[in-house]
Formats: sequence, C-alpha cells, structure tokens
Amino acid sequence: MSHADVLADGSADAAELRPSSTPVRGAWGRLVRSELRLVFGRRRNQALLAGLAAVPLLLGLVLFVTRDSALAGQGPGFVGRVTGNGLFLVVAALIMCLPFLLPLTIGIATGEAIAGEASSGTLRYLLAVPVSRTRLLAVKAVATMTFVAAAVLAIGLVALAVGAAFFGLTDVTLLSGTTIPLADGVLRVAGVAAYVTLSLTGLVAVGLFFSTLTEVPVGAMAATVIVAIVSAVLDTLPQLAAIHPALLTHHWLDFAEFLRVEVDWGVLSSGMAVQAAWVAIFGSLAWSRFVTADVSS
Amino acid sequence: MTASGTRSSSVPRDRLRPAGSTEPAGADVELDASDVTALAVRTEGLTKRFRSGQLAVDGIGLRVPRGSVYGFLGPNGSGKTTTIRMLLGLVRPTSGVAWLLGEPMPDGAGHVLPRVGALVEGPAFHPYLGGRANLARLDASDATADPRTARRRSDEALERVGLTAAASKPYRQYSLGMKQRLGLAAALLRPRELLVLDEPTNGLDPQGTREVRLLIRELADAGTTVLVSSHLLTEIEQVCTHLGIMGRGKLLVQGERQVLTERGVARVTVTTAGEQVGAAAEVLTGLGLAEVLADGVTLHALLGATAPEEVSAAIVNAGLDLVGLQVRRPSLEELFVELTGEGFDVAR
Repeated sequence: MSHADVLADGSADAAELRPSSTPVRGAWGRLVRSELRLVFGRRRNQALLAGLAAVPLLLGLVLFVTRDSALAGQGPGFVGRVTGNGLFLVVAALIMCLPFLLPLTIGIATGEAIAGEASSGTLRYLLAVPVSRTRLLAVKAVATMTFVAAAVLAIGLVALAVGAAFFGLTDVTLLSGTTIPLADGVLRVAGVAAYVTLSLTGLVAVGLFFSTLTEVPVGAMAATVIVAIVSAVLDTLPQLAAIHPALLTHHWLDFAEFLRVEVDWGVLSSGMAVQAAWVAIFGSLAWSRFVTADVSS
Repeated sequence: MTASGTRSSSVPRDRLRPAGSTEPAGADVELDASDVTALAVRTEGLTKRFRSGQLAVDGIGLRVPRGSVYGFLGPNGSGKTTTIRMLLGLVRPTSGVAWLLGEPMPDGAGHVLPRVGALVEGPAFHPYLGGRANLARLDASDATADPRTARRRSDEALERVGLTAAASKPYRQYSLGMKQRLGLAAALLRPRELLVLDEPTNGLDPQGTREVRLLIRELADAGTTVLVSSHLLTEIEQVCTHLGIMGRGKLLVQGERQVLTERGVARVTVTTAGEQVGAAAEVLTGLGLAEVLADGVTLHALLGATAPEEVSAAIVNAGLDLVGLQVRRPSLEELFVELTGEGFDVAR
C-alpha cells in the first residue's frame, strides 16, 4: 500500500469518526448544572448546610428555654428582639454566622473549586476535555456563589420556621419604634438575607484566587478565613479609620438599613460597590493566574 | 498497490532520527502541507524548564504519523509525562512549538482536544461518584458533546473496558486496575482521531495489560492514531508501529519499530567440528569480522556489514564443517540501554 493510499484511507476514516468540534447549544447550562450537582451532591457540603441550619435552631432553643429567666433579652445584635417576634431570629442567626461560619463555608467551597480539583487530579482531565480555563473559572464562581446563597437561605428559612414555632410572627417593630405589617417585615428580612449574600461575593473572589495558587484545598480555605478575620480585626482599630471603608468586612452589618423606616439605599449601594471592587480585583487576579498556570498535578 | 519503496522514500528522514540529527529548534517551523495531514503529532524544539531550573524536556522533535501506534518510551523521570502535558496544553512550553492533528497547541485546544482522548499520569476521578457519574461529569464539561447521546456513549465506553457491572460503585472502592480502566473509558467517551495514553498499563495485572494491548490494536485498526507512553518496554512493544525513546529530557531516537530493531550491531555465532575451531577463526578474521572469540567448538564475532551467507559460504569454501550458524541482534531493551546508559525503571 502506498503512502498516498494510507493517507487517503486514513483521512476517509478520520472523516467518519471525526466528532463535531462546534459547541452544542446549551453547553454552558449543562456544565453549570453538572457543577451544581457536584457541589450539592457532595456529602460534606450537605453536612455543612445542615450544620449552618442548626445555628438558628440552637439559638432559638436557647432563647426559648431562657425566655423567663433573668438573662432573657440579653445578648448581641437582635437577640433581645427574638422572643418578641420570631422573625428577628433570622437576623440574629445571620449576625451569629457572619464573622466566622459563613467565611469558613466560603473557604471550604472555594478551596474545593480549583485547588480541590487540582489535588485530586480531576483538573487536568477537565482541561483536557477540553474546558476553556476562563469558562471553568466562571462556572466555579457561579457554583460557589450559589452554594453560599444556599447557605444563607438555609439559615434564613430554618430561622423563620423555628422563630415562628417558638415565638410566633407578628407585625414588625423597626429600629425607630415604628411598626410595619408582617408581610412588609418578611420582605425586609428577605432584603437582609439578600444583602448578606451579596456582601460575601468579595470573599468568594478572594477565595477563588487563593484556590488558583495552590493544590492544597485546606491551604486555600485557611487563607480565605484568615483574610475575613484579619479584615474584621483591622476594622476595630480606630488608628486605621482611613482604610475602614474599603475593608472587605466593613459593610457587612449595614443590612440594618433594611430595618429602618426609610431604607438608605446610598449606604447599601456603597457596601455593594466595595464588594464589586474586591470582586473586580481578585476576580482578575484569579483569572490571570489560572489561565497561565501550568497544571502539573 | 505500488511498491513499499514509494512509502519509504517519501518519509526517509522520519524513519530514523538518531541522537544529534534533530534539526535546530525552529529550523523548519513552517508546516508544509504533507506534514499537516501525515502527522498526528509534531513538535519542534519543544522544551520545558521548570521554575526550579530543571530541564525536564530538552528540545524534542516528535513525529507521530497518522494511523501509527507510537510507543513513547523512557525511564521514569525522562520527560515523557511533561511532554504529554505540553501536547495537551496543560503545561506551557518554555520554547518550541507543538501541533496536534495539524493545529498549534495550546491555541487550538478548543478545536483539537474534542478529537483527542487522553489518559495523563494515571486516572483521576471524584472518589465519591460512581464510574458512570464520573463519565457524565466529563461529558457535561465537553461543550461539543451531544447531551442526547451522553448516556449511550458512557455505557458503551464502560462496556468496552469491562466496567459495566461496577458503573454505579463509588470510584474510591475501585481497585487500581478498575481505576485505570475507567481512565481508558473516559478517553473513549467519543470517537477519537488521536489517543494519548500515558502509562495505560500501570497497575494492571498481566491479563489487564493484555486487554489494553488488544484495545490499542483494535482502535488502531479502526484508524485511530495512538501515542502510548510506558517505562516498561515489553508491555507495549508488540503493538507499536513506531517507537520514540526518551532519556534525560531528550528524544534519543525515533522511527519505525522495524527499522529500530534492525539497527543494532549483530553478532554471529559459528559452531564447527571441534578440531576446526582455529581454522574457522582464521576464516572469520579473513572476512574482516571483529572480536573473534573461541569458546569450545563455537566462535563469536561481530558481524558488521558482512552478510551471514558470506560467512557460511567462506567456511564451506575453506573445506570446514559448518555445524551451526546463528545471528543475534540486540533486543530493543539492549538498544535502549546502549542509548541511555541505563536500564528501564531507573529514575533520575
């Protein structure tokens, strides 16, 4: 058989077996769904959500048992208001989870996203499929953010149910003393949860950046949690007042705006602007690192 | 069919490329049309120096003809896996260029890689997902794969590697051999023009190794080009049409297996009647054979350029009895040791 014949035969065969190289419609959604199944199907992540959901349950139980004691009504944030109106359990539980548990959740989710895939070796197979690195990073960001939103939602829904069961839901007394109907109150608490979720986007970007730097998911997780804690510590030093407005965690508690008669959207949007800036900076860093990194794990 | 001479004359420089004859990097980087169609993998001066300063791959020029089964051999740590990672766009070359199916890498990854199945440095899957779920995950990541046929294709791939019964079992419960099979199934999720298999027989028992060899042969018969790496020559030698041998980051030799195996220096062993040994030794020396040594009634010598028939004719013409004549060429393994100065399985 001549060389030319080999070629002719070879290319005829190749044409038959050549799979299409053009993207199929809906490929984006398919990858996002697969990623979500992976994140939410994982036992550890389910346990994490259950653990977070247990926070309002425990808090509600403690407040319910001690409601007639001398300690009733004492505690941080909105804890004192919970026994009067179960709806405030949502706010109180979120305040309890914000400093450490939610950053830890973000650390775990982002550490798993890239560094976890690298350490298990699955990253090299994803990239060889191929998935473009930009697309993969975007899908990881969407899935992580969805998981964080689910965590906030789990805390909120359990808090709502527990609060309603133990303390009942009534019309809501705002910070100024004004009372609004329950339906409006629920809307405002939903606003609180939404604001908390969006406040965490900056930390998700930071976590994804760390995740691109290492093949050790625990390392990325620890670094992410440390950033949140250091930011909170710096926020308490009056000497650093000048940089406070730019800190990642500085605006996290601004959700209290939703509990005023007139919501100051300016305060809320400046908090969102700071998050957007952190997302822009660390998102770009994560992207530039990830698209050029050698995948040697 | 025209003579095979047509074929060999059309690819003479690719038949054998001994150390030192590689063109300088970038010398003929311009692709000519025949190379695009004839070569499934081509690299020029492909080099990777890690940040640690280690030169893992040193200016190699791979030539993997379409339709071939190319055995990519070398000891552990000789740069095979780093080369494969560069071919697949996982690692960026420090210098040099690589083409896969005629498209430059890593820029053409989106177009080319859907047509390439790969097994890189052992299988890796999500441990808590079953085999089928892991394949579904990879297929969902492929923007060019048809979701409607995903289930059928993954079932066929599992069937092909004999994992149907373990399809739902979590990956972490798989034995090493089953993990390796699932890696092969992932590479076979879609019809491929090129398969890049890095150490596919690692962890397999002799039966599994034989099955992988059969699979490679089957795929090659169907027209798929296979680039298969191994540090164990004997495991893949039999299925390869071409061989490339790496050592210390360099491609020491590559070419058709047939040509490579005939390349070594042949030795001749001549057995005569006892009292004629001295006379026979003189005949061999007279023919210009070197290193003539007597050992009882047998003589050993380097054959050199002399044909075995000339030896037998000379002995008979000298009136001596020729009891036996044997020509031995070095095996590929001996050739490898000769080239690299080290045996297989020797890490750097």
